[in-house]
Amino acid sequence: MRVLLSGNEAIARGAYEYGVKVVTGYPGTPSTEVVENTARYEEIYSEWSANEKVALDVAIGAAYTGRRAMAVMKMSGLNVAADSLFYVPYTGVNGGALLIVVADDPGQFSSQTEQDSRRYAHFAKLPMIEPSDSQEAKDFVGMGLDLSEKWDTPVLLRTVMRISHCASVVELGEREFDDTIPTGPFRHDHSKLICTSPRSRARHPVVEARLEKLIEVSNQFPSNRLEWGDLRIGIVASGPVYRYAREVFPDASFLKLSLTYPLPAALVREFAAEVEELLVIEELDPFLEEQIRLIGVDCQGKSIFPRWGELTPGVIKHAAAEAGILQEKAIAPRRHVVPEGLPTRSPTFCPGCPHRSTFYALSRLKNLVVAGDIGCYNLASLPPFDIVDTAGAMGSSVGVAHGFDVAGLPESRVAVIGDSTLFHTGIPPILNMIHNGGSSTVIVLDNHTTAMTGHQDHPGVGVRLGGERATKVDIEHMVQGWGLGHVRRADAFDVKEVENAIREALSFDGPAVVIVDGPCVFVGPGVTRTYDVDTETCIACGRCHRLGCPAIVHSDEVNTKTGRHKTRIDPVLCAGCEMCAQVCPQQAIHPADTVE
Amino acid sequence: MEATNFLISGVGGQGVILASEVIATVGLAAGYDVKKSEIRGVAQRSGSVAGHVRWGQEVQSPIVPEGCADYLVALEILEGLRWLDEIGPEGTIIINEQEIPPVSMAGEAINYPDPGMVKKALQTAAERVFRVPALEMAQQLGNPRVLNVILLGVLSASLSVAPRVWEDVLRDRLPSRVLDLNLKAFGRGRAWLEETRHR
Repeated sequence: MRVLLSGNEAIARGAYEYGVKVVTGYPGTPSTEVVENTARYEEIYSEWSANEKVALDVAIGAAYTGRRAMAVMKMSGLNVAADSLFYVPYTGVNGGALLIVVADDPGQFSSQTEQDSRRYAHFAKLPMIEPSDSQEAKDFVGMGLDLSEKWDTPVLLRTVMRISHCASVVELGEREFDDTIPTGPFRHDHSKLICTSPRSRARHPVVEARLEKLIEVSNQFPSNRLEWGDLRIGIVASGPVYRYAREVFPDASFLKLSLTYPLPAALVREFAAEVEELLVIEELDPFLEEQIRLIGVDCQGKSIFPRWGELTPGVIKHAAAEAGILQEKAIAPRRHVVPEGLPTRSPTFCPGCPHRSTFYALSRLKNLVVAGDIGCYNLASLPPFDIVDTAGAMGSSVGVAHGFDVAGLPESRVAVIGDSTLFHTGIPPILNMIHNGGSSTVIVLDNHTTAMTGHQDHPGVGVRLGGERATKVDIEHMVQGWGLGHVRRADAFDVKEVENAIREALSFDGPAVVIVDGPCVFVGPGVTRTYDVDTETCIACGRCHRLGCPAIVHSDEVNTKTGRHKTRIDPVLCAGCEMCAQVCPQQAIHPADTVE
Repeated sequence: MEATNFLISGVGGQGVILASEVIATVGLAAGYDVKKSEIRGVAQRSGSVAGHVRWGQEVQSPIVPEGCADYLVALEILEGLRWLDEIGPEGTIIINEQEIPPVSMAGEAINYPDPGMVKKALQTAAERVFRVPALEMAQQLGNPRVLNVILLGVLSASLSVAPRVWEDVLRDRLPSRVLDLNLKAFGRGRAWLEETRHR
C-alpha cells in the first residue's frame, strides 16, 4: 500500500517494520513526531524520557539485551546525550541494534543554533545515514539497524526539518519480527561493556579498525550511487539537498550519498575522475567537502554555497548563477508585488496561557535581570513583555542567574524555567545554587505539560506516553526536600497572588523557589466562560493590552478625551482566564453573560 | 508534466496544516507523485503558518519553487498578501475575506493593510482572484472552524480531480462527529465558485 507519510511518521513506520522493540526520546522540534508515532504500535515500547541523555542510555540498555532500539532527539538534544554517544561506539551493542535519530534544523525554524550534527558521526566515530525523502527515511531505519547489528556499532540516522516535517509517498510493508521471542538472558562481557580505563583502552583500536572497514561498506552501500548525466558538472549531495540539486540541475551527473560517514572514498574518486567540475552541495558545514578534499580530490563547495540557512532550490540556483555555473537567463526575475511594510505576526502566548501572569508581574518590577530557558515562556523575550534577558540551552536559566549572583551583579536575579525543562536539566543547577550559597529566585512555570512541542508527558504529569497512569512527581514536595528557606506555590490565574509571591521571594535573603501553578490551556479543563468589556466603564488606559493576549483587541469606540481606542474582547479567541478582568483598574471587564 | 504547486497560508490555529494534508492526499489518490512541506512549531501560537504541496509525475523537492505557485489558498488576508511574490504568471488566488490583526503590542495601533491596498495587490499578483467570504459561510453552517474546508471546496472546483476523491479523503481524515459538517462546507465552497462563475 502507498501512503503519504512525513519523514518522522516514516521513521516510526520503519521502527515498526524492522522490529524495533524499544523507542525513547525527549520532545524537540523537528523530531517529536517520531516517538509520538511509534507509541501507536503496541509491539513497540515507547517512552518520553526525562532528557535525551537518559533516552540514549535507556536505548543503549535495551540494545545490550539483544533487542533493536532507537533513541530520538533534536540536534541540541544530541548535545545533552553526547556523553553517552561517545561511549557506545566503544562498547558496541552486545548483539542488539541501536539507531540514534537526530533531527537538525537548517534555517533555525525552531532551534537555538544551526548546529550541523553530522560532525558527531566523525567526532564520536559511528556510521551515519541521511535519507532524502520519506521512503528512504523508512528504508534507512532497516538498513541502519542491519548495519548496527552486523558491525556491533550504534548508527546515526540524521534528518533535517525538510525530511522530518515533509511528506512524500511511502510503500508500506509488514513487521519483520517475531514478537513472541523472549528477551535475554543477558550476555555478560566486561571486556566490552565496562567502558572505563584500562578495559576501554583496548577498545579504541577496535573502533578505528571498524571505521576503516566501514569505508568499503560505504562504497558498496546500495543508496550511495552514481547517476550519470552531463559530465561537465558532477554533483555530490545527500539528504533533501540531493532532491533540490536534482531539480536545479536536471541534466548533471550525481553522486547521491546516503551513508555519508564514513565517506565512500573509492566511489568519490571514480565519480571525480569522470566529471569536469566537481561540486559538493550541502547545507551548513562543509562536512562532505572536507572529507573529499582530505582524500586528495579537488572540489568546489562552500566557495559557492552558503554555510548557513537552508540550501533550497532557490538558494542553490542563485548561488550557482553568481558563480557562473548556471546561466543567469535561466533564472526568471523575481516579482515584487507584496505590499511594503506588512505588519509581522509574531507568535505570542495563547489566550488562556498560565505564563501570562508571571511575565506581567515581572514587567512591573524594577532592577531585575531575568535568565530565561527553553519553552513557550521564551515568548516573553518579545513584545509586549520584552522582559526575558537571556536564553541558551535547556536548563541553563538557573546556572546563568547564579553566575550573575556570584559575579556580584547589583540587580535582582530571576531564573524562569518550565516544569518539563526543570525535570530535563533544571534540577542540578538549583542544587548547585543551594550548595554554593546562591541567592537567586527560581520561578518554576508549572503548566503540567511539555507545551512548546505539543503537550508531551514528563515526570510531573502523572500520565505516560501510552496513556497509563504514572507516579506524579510533585515539584513542591521535591523542592521542599532540598531544604531551601523559601518555597511558595502561586495560582497562575491569580495575577495578584503571582506578583506577591515573586516580590516576597525576591526580598528573601537566600535561594528561593516560586512555583507558578496552572495548566496550559490545551491540557486544562477547557473554556467555561468568556469575558467582555463594558465600554461605558472602559477608559482606554491600555492596561489590559500589556497582557499581550490575542483576544484583547481595539474596539471602534474611542475615549473622546485621549482619542485612544477602548478595548474589545474577541469572543471566539477568549479562553476565560480572567487575567484581564483582574488587572483592569476600572473593573470594566466581566464574564460575557453579565454584560448588557 | 510540470508539477502543480499549491501554497496554503494562514494564522496558526486556522487549519492550514489540515488543508495542506488534504490537498496532498487528494493528489496521491488522483495518481500523482506528491510532496508536502510545512513549518510547524508555532502552529498553535497565532504566528504565520504556511504549507507547500506539489503534485506531479515525479516531484523532487517539497518546496514550491520561487515564483511558481499555481494556487495560493490563503485563510486570512494579511497571510495571503505575504506570499504574493510566489505566485506564478498563470496563478490563481483563493483568499478568505477575513482580517485577523496581529496581536497589538502594548496597545499601539497595527497598520493592517487597508482594503484599497489589498485589492490592488491581489489584482497585480494574479488574474484569477477569488475572494471568498469563507468565515461568514462557515458561521452560517454553525462552526467558524470549517472555513478551511470551504476554501478547499472552492479550490477543488477549479481543478480537474473529481469531487468524490476529495470527499473520500475528507471521510478518511476527519473524525465522524464533524464529518457531515465538513462535507457540507466542502459542498458550499464548490457551489460558491460555480455561482461566482455564473454571475
